[in-house]
Amino acid sequence: MTAGLALDAGLAVLVLAVAVWTIAARAAFAAVVGFVTYGLLLAIVWVRIAAVDVALTEAAIGGGVTGAVLIAAAARLRPTEARSAAERPGAALRIAAGVLSALVSAGLAVLVLYPPNPAPSLAPAAAVHLPALGVGNPVTAVLIAYRAIDTLLEKVVLLLALLGVWSLAPDRFWGGAPGQRRDARDGTLTLLARLLPPVGIVVGVYILWVGAVAPGGAFQGGAILAAMWILVMIAGLHDAPEISRHWVRFLLVVGPAVFLAVGLAGFVVADGFLSYPVRYAKPLIIAIEVVLTLSIAVILGLLVAGPPERERRP
Amino acid sequence: MNAETLYGLCAASLVGLGLFGSIVDPQPLRKILSFNLLGGGVFLLFGIIARRGAVAGMGADPVPQAMVITGIVVAFSATALAVALVLRLFEATGDATLRSDAPPRPSNDEAGP
Repeated sequence: MTAGLALDAGLAVLVLAVAVWTIAARAAFAAVVGFVTYGLLLAIVWVRIAAVDVALTEAAIGGGVTGAVLIAAAARLRPTEARSAAERPGAALRIAAGVLSALVSAGLAVLVLYPPNPAPSLAPAAAVHLPALGVGNPVTAVLIAYRAIDTLLEKVVLLLALLGVWSLAPDRFWGGAPGQRRDARDGTLTLLARLLPPVGIVVGVYILWVGAVAPGGAFQGGAILAAMWILVMIAGLHDAPEISRHWVRFLLVVGPAVFLAVGLAGFVVADGFLSYPVRYAKPLIIAIEVVLTLSIAVILGLLVAGPPERERRP
Repeated sequence: MNAETLYGLCAASLVGLGLFGSIVDPQPLRKILSFNLLGGGVFLLFGIIARRGAVAGMGADPVPQAMVITGIVVAFSATALAVALVLRLFEATGDATLRSDAPPRPSNDEAGP
């Protein structure tokens, strides 16, 4: 057994152990901590199977932003835990669920053990047009060019989720600011919230820029920017904005709107919806990514902040 | 056994674990957590397929990778919305249960004017 394979085996066992912990932990808070660890371990797994773009996304979203949402929720729901624990289903249902889950796992394991040969791959097709796009990172090329419609719809899904979260606010809070106001206190969190953002913003912009030729891109960069904003909000250094502010609404839609406008312009200046004119492919892709990054950062930050909980200031 | 098979089996187990948790655990938040665990397993299976589709110059097939990135984002959107719904349920009823025979509680939510 080589050192690499030993590392892989250890990592796989660790991921499974953390997953079992997440399911079995008694307290919801402990389970959420397990889930964040699971997300970060998965990010290492993604690096091991040569998918660094996915690893960045998993670390930022699976470990980071989802963790922030879940930890806040677990803290609020703590009073309900004892009552809910009494509702555990009976032995029969648990055994049935166990058998079903084992069957699903076994079926997937068979697929893993007996893969089609040769393995299906679209990599050669993706490589053919890379020079024309001027984008060296094939994953970015798939996201912004070949399968641009997926990425556009994904941003729309993000916006719809945010609208859904906002719509849960009671009527009197509509247009107000999310969460309760936090006062900045001198402590580790405040210090971090002062020290980290300047570095984090540079890293976020770098990840966006380098995404054209190396692992990175709009989403990963946007997630890092969002994390910095969330940190500043949690530390109470800057209050969350009221959701009725025009600049908030503008930043939310500017990314998807520019993407859609360029897509529609494709009918006139290129071969159709979401196709780019060959000579301007690279600048257009970068322009789309820059505005998308801004919108993603604001959407993610506001999704973590939650529905408005304060009345709108006159 | 190579790394792809190893992580593939790991992913298959994760899907089973997540499915079990989302059926058995009565708390909505824990169900969301388990469902995300299941999602992680499915994404990892995609990663294995991508890795097996590697060609010269590319460590893995970029198309499944891009689909997983989109998938992670959509899963996060759904999670954020689901968590907000659970919190609203808690605010409105003082409890977070999915039981259909839960005793109705007086609502402490003053809806609009």
